[in-house]
Amino acid sequence: MAGICFGSVNIPLFEVLKSLIGSDDAGTLHSAIVLEFRLPRTATAAFAGASLAAAGLMMQTVFRNPLADPFVLGVNSGASLGVAIALLVLGPGGIALASQTPLTGSLLVVVAATIGAGASLGLILILSRRVDVMSLLILGLMISYGVSSIVSILIYYSMADRLQVFFNWSFGNFGAVTLGQLGLFIPIAILGLIGAILLVKRLDAFLLGERYAKSLGVGVEGSRLAILACASLLAGVVTGFCGPIGFIGIAAPHLCRYLFKTSEHRFLVPASILMGALVGLTSDILARAPGLEATLPLNSVTALIGVPVIIAALLKQKSYQRLFGG
Amino acid sequence: MSHHDTALDSDTLVIGYKESGQKVAENLSVSLKPGEFVSLLGPNGVGKSTLIRTLAGIDDPLEGRVFLKGEPLSDLTPKERARRISVVLADALPGAMLSVYGLIALGRHPYTGLMGGLATDDKERVDWAIETMGIQDLANRRFGEISDGERQKALIARALAQEADVLLLDEPTAFVDLPSHVEIVNVLRELAHSQGLAVMASSHDLELSLSFSDKLWLMDLEGKLTNGVPEDLVLQGSVARLFQGEFSGWDAESGSFRVRKTPARFARVSGDGETCYWVRRALERVGFGIRDDDEVALEVSVGSDTNSCPIYQAIIGDRSKTFTSLGDLLAWIGRMDRAVSGHRAKYG
Repeated sequence: MAGICFGSVNIPLFEVLKSLIGSDDAGTLHSAIVLEFRLPRTATAAFAGASLAAAGLMMQTVFRNPLADPFVLGVNSGASLGVAIALLVLGPGGIALASQTPLTGSLLVVVAATIGAGASLGLILILSRRVDVMSLLILGLMISYGVSSIVSILIYYSMADRLQVFFNWSFGNFGAVTLGQLGLFIPIAILGLIGAILLVKRLDAFLLGERYAKSLGVGVEGSRLAILACASLLAGVVTGFCGPIGFIGIAAPHLCRYLFKTSEHRFLVPASILMGALVGLTSDILARAPGLEATLPLNSVTALIGVPVIIAALLKQKSYQRLFGG
Repeated sequence: MSHHDTALDSDTLVIGYKESGQKVAENLSVSLKPGEFVSLLGPNGVGKSTLIRTLAGIDDPLEGRVFLKGEPLSDLTPKERARRISVVLADALPGAMLSVYGLIALGRHPYTGLMGGLATDDKERVDWAIETMGIQDLANRRFGEISDGERQKALIARALAQEADVLLLDEPTAFVDLPSHVEIVNVLRELAHSQGLAVMASSHDLELSLSFSDKLWLMDLEGKLTNGVPEDLVLQGSVARLFQGEFSGWDAESGSFRVRKTPARFARVSGDGETCYWVRRALERVGFGIRDDDEVALEVSVGSDTNSCPIYQAIIGDRSKTFTSLGDLLAWIGRMDRAVSGHRAKYG
């Protein structure tokens, strides 16, 4: 609710409620802001945060690495490459298409980012059958670096006006999703979140490492594939619609581990989903800097929330290594 | 091969790494019966861990098959296998945020439903496992906060919660202090004997393995596996061969490691019981041979005082002295030796 009320124009809570229930005497301007911008934006922030947190938790468990999040597998950079190719390479046709549609041609960006994220996801899934988990983590990082350098080359040879669109996307934004696009974004996110909840038992088995998981009767390759696919779906769809958003995927699961003092996924998965939504909403409100005319880049806000959480968890645990063993 | 009274056995197994095809050991025929506690011994790097993982179905054999009560392991579904074999691995240990109870409850994984919640009988089995390992006071601690010995007990409890008839353990007593070590070995042996579990544990401790195991599997550097009851393997010299080069000082007569020296002089010890045994051991350690005739440099007679504490009367030549500890006795022998060599240096 706070997310809907605050913004560059503050709207009284009463007016918001009136708009939401469709009451006729709501101020038309406020009503339009609520329905067209604030409501989609708030829903996006909640679902994006929840999806990133669930994806981050799954990655951390499978890789047994506290700093793993969806982006270490190159989903982020794959999406960047897709967007960079669409905006910077496809040329005037592409950019014309982008500028014709409202909200900086978000649909083109969404499609490009999703294809890019999907491509890097496919590559990782193929590799995941052939190498062990630690090698996969390193391969994901290498793919990220490789792809990022291609993006840098594209940026280097691009013109300023096109770069602006690319940079807008790369800062991350919950506000670019329209009410119409929500109809696509939310069902996909819910599908991924349900997948994460169905995977809790397999995730628990992975807590002891892959060999123990196998000794508990878990099909390790299949489960790893399912978990990575689910995490990538969640991360891919968020990145596609909102741009790359850092730190929520790392910070939300850690906050839950710290608050609930458990590693068991039947508690951690739902808790991380809720915590992710909360962090997403909070970041969105802070990014819109209530009371100020300007907005802040979303990724700076998530970093400012995420970094202290990670540092606090680190100090609290003395050693991150002990959190995960090995 | 007859399978009907074995819990786990194999035809001639070749173990190693599937990816590289590198063989670790071949021609391994093993058999483990219900109610048996077996120790697997061998120098580092012979493939004990690989053998354990292969028998547990975690690694696939390069050739040959493993059988569970005569059924090929590869024919079982993963869940069925998990209900029949449980393991304690030497892998890096899991997350510290996991509670000991949560860790042990993971053993119920092959029995629980979609979300992994525990039913009443699951909880009963977990409680039984906790009680069996005597770790009730650890249940609510974080796994990362407890000692090495406690961790091993928790990991064994987790394996017990899995309710399998075969329990395979990779070095369950590594990094564990001696009292816990003896305790763990005792519990494993007791589980085999009273619950009818087939238990096999690899170990580095030859002396304890000899004393506690129903059978030994000895794996040598050529990757050959010899098995039998401990005493047969000692008498056939298999134990001595296994540790040749790695340690010296294996003494088949006592079943323990001793300082090996050809005795330059002899001692006679009179008296009886436990005390005499330890007097002989102390004297052997400092280089005396033990014999019963009069051709000896030292005579020790063991008696006891009014509080039944041992007293040792020692005679060297025309000197005689009484001691209440073996430390004092050995120190006196040392002083006498130095006096003699000092005398020789002066006048000899």
